[in-house]
Amino acid sequence: MYDVAIKTEGLTRRFGDFTAVDQISFEVKKGEIFGFLGANGAGKTTAMRMLTGLLMPTEGQAEVAGFDVYKQAESIKKSIGYMSQKFSLYNDLTAEENIRFYGGVYGIGRNELPQKTDEVIDSVGLQSVRKKPVESLPLGWKQKLAFSISILHQPKVVFLDEPTGGVDPVIRRQFWEKIYEIADRGITVFVTTHYMDEAEYCDRVSIMVDGKIEALDTPKGLKQSFSCDSIEEVFIQLARSAERGQG
Amino acid sequence: MNTIRFLLEKEFLQIFRNKSMLPILFLMPVVQLLVLSFAATYELKEVDFVMVDQDRSEVSRQLAAEFQSTGYFTLHDVVSNMEEAKQMMDAGKVGMIMHLPPGLSSDFYSGQHASIQLSVDAVDGTQAGLIQSYSASIINDFNQQHRADLEMSLPNKPVHQAKTINLVPQNWYNPELDYITFMVPGILVVLVSMIGLFLSGMNIVREQEIGTIEQLNVTPITKTQFMIGKLLPFWVIGMFDLLIGLALARYGFDIPFLGSLATILVVAGIFLIVVQALGLFISTVTGTQQQAMFIAWFMMVIFILLGGLFTPIESMPGWAQDLTLANPVAYFIRIMRMVLLKGAGWEEIAWMVLVLSGFASLLLLLSINRYKKTAG
Repeated sequence: MYDVAIKTEGLTRRFGDFTAVDQISFEVKKGEIFGFLGANGAGKTTAMRMLTGLLMPTEGQAEVAGFDVYKQAESIKKSIGYMSQKFSLYNDLTAEENIRFYGGVYGIGRNELPQKTDEVIDSVGLQSVRKKPVESLPLGWKQKLAFSISILHQPKVVFLDEPTGGVDPVIRRQFWEKIYEIADRGITVFVTTHYMDEAEYCDRVSIMVDGKIEALDTPKGLKQSFSCDSIEEVFIQLARSAERGQG
Repeated sequence: MNTIRFLLEKEFLQIFRNKSMLPILFLMPVVQLLVLSFAATYELKEVDFVMVDQDRSEVSRQLAAEFQSTGYFTLHDVVSNMEEAKQMMDAGKVGMIMHLPPGLSSDFYSGQHASIQLSVDAVDGTQAGLIQSYSASIINDFNQQHRADLEMSLPNKPVHQAKTINLVPQNWYNPELDYITFMVPGILVVLVSMIGLFLSGMNIVREQEIGTIEQLNVTPITKTQFMIGKLLPFWVIGMFDLLIGLALARYGFDIPFLGSLATILVVAGIFLIVVQALGLFISTVTGTQQQAMFIAWFMMVIFILLGGLFTPIESMPGWAQDLTLANPVAYFIRIMRMVLLKGAGWEEIAWMVLVLSGFASLLLLLSINRYKKTAG
């Protein structure tokens, strides 16, 4: 068994002259909740796309769940879950059908699927709308469904790209309860967020500025070394030094 | 294998849930066949003509009656000078001017050389050609009939039957020269091409546009599974539509089915893969449905124009004929007509089927290769 879920060494991605991700190196331990912070345009999504095998790195090394991003991208895909920033389930399918499709694609057996589907529906509280097209659901419910589907196949690592963007505080709280729950089960959580109170819930937090990781520690450690009362202050201090424009 | 089943299940669910596309998919063969077959006709119908009658005789009345009795021509007006007739032609009121010069009937009855002039509106060249050949045959009939009458009425004159060579044309494969018989097999090809070229490719571009493709790309679905999942549903729909079309052709239009239906279906299956793969290829080089649609239409129009649907490939200039060798639609239209109307078998069409299979494998490989789960 491995103890390191994600490991990068000088991971870099350039688009032409523009270096979106610049030599980032870090390790995420198994079962850890790793907060990946940064202003808009700091390079978070690009880094995440490289780790999930959606984008080839320009240089540097990275391993996810023990597999190399260059050579074993397909093995990585079997071991990870991914919830993208933009809702990307099928709006014209029902909650049930989405669960069934992704469950099937990840190799959950035909016989197991109905039971799995019921479990997910119950855990998200979608019993009353399970047969309605996802389109008609409120955003918060959609996000919960997308989250549940991303962990349906018991991945080793799950990547959550702003999972709580635009949802209400009650659902945000529920989200974090779920995140703790799956971390307890040994799933490594790699999460980006713009909510600084959420950053406080993470085991460790990294802050990206202009494509580089400028700080990486436990929330407590970060506050101490930057002599701040909250992660928000740390973040603002670092983000202010950014040269790239917002957006 | 399981993954493909789940992909297919999902595609069919989405197709059958799309309330605006579904009726189009299954009405398309019916509407296309009906509209195109009846509208795109080369038959002559009700040409209005004006007569410039400067003879005012029995002959001019008989000629007018002869033309009208065929049902293809309607006498719009009789005028006495060419100017008036020209104005009518310019205004688009008539499609033909029949000029009967003075002295026509006396020349005709005295056995001298008699001529009339037909001026035809030739903006539409095909139509003008038809008017000419119909008119020529009407006048020919008229000549023979009246010449005979004339000779009968002059019993004291020696009967010298003109010894001429008679041309007796026989039209094979489409004896009635029925335009619909010629068009329907080709239109069926256009129908299948549209489904193949547009739907699969557009479906992938749509997933790109709404972002669902990214979620698919982080799953362990392989490129080949993905492609099969996208191709097969529309392949099935294309074949189904072709069957509807063929049934309509057979029982609605009475198109002869001389060749084997199985041959047609096998070739259609290969042809569909060719156009679908092309559609997939278009989807890999475009980012939005708008771009993909535009390119697909561009190709479709060229395929049809260079496909021999309306104009015979043999009468195209050499370079255009060479181009048709790369046109899958041209091969399939030819095969359709050969098999349905002439009853051609495998030996006659084998080389074309081989070419189509070559296209299919090449384009399929190319588009699978170009589709990337991981951006470079």
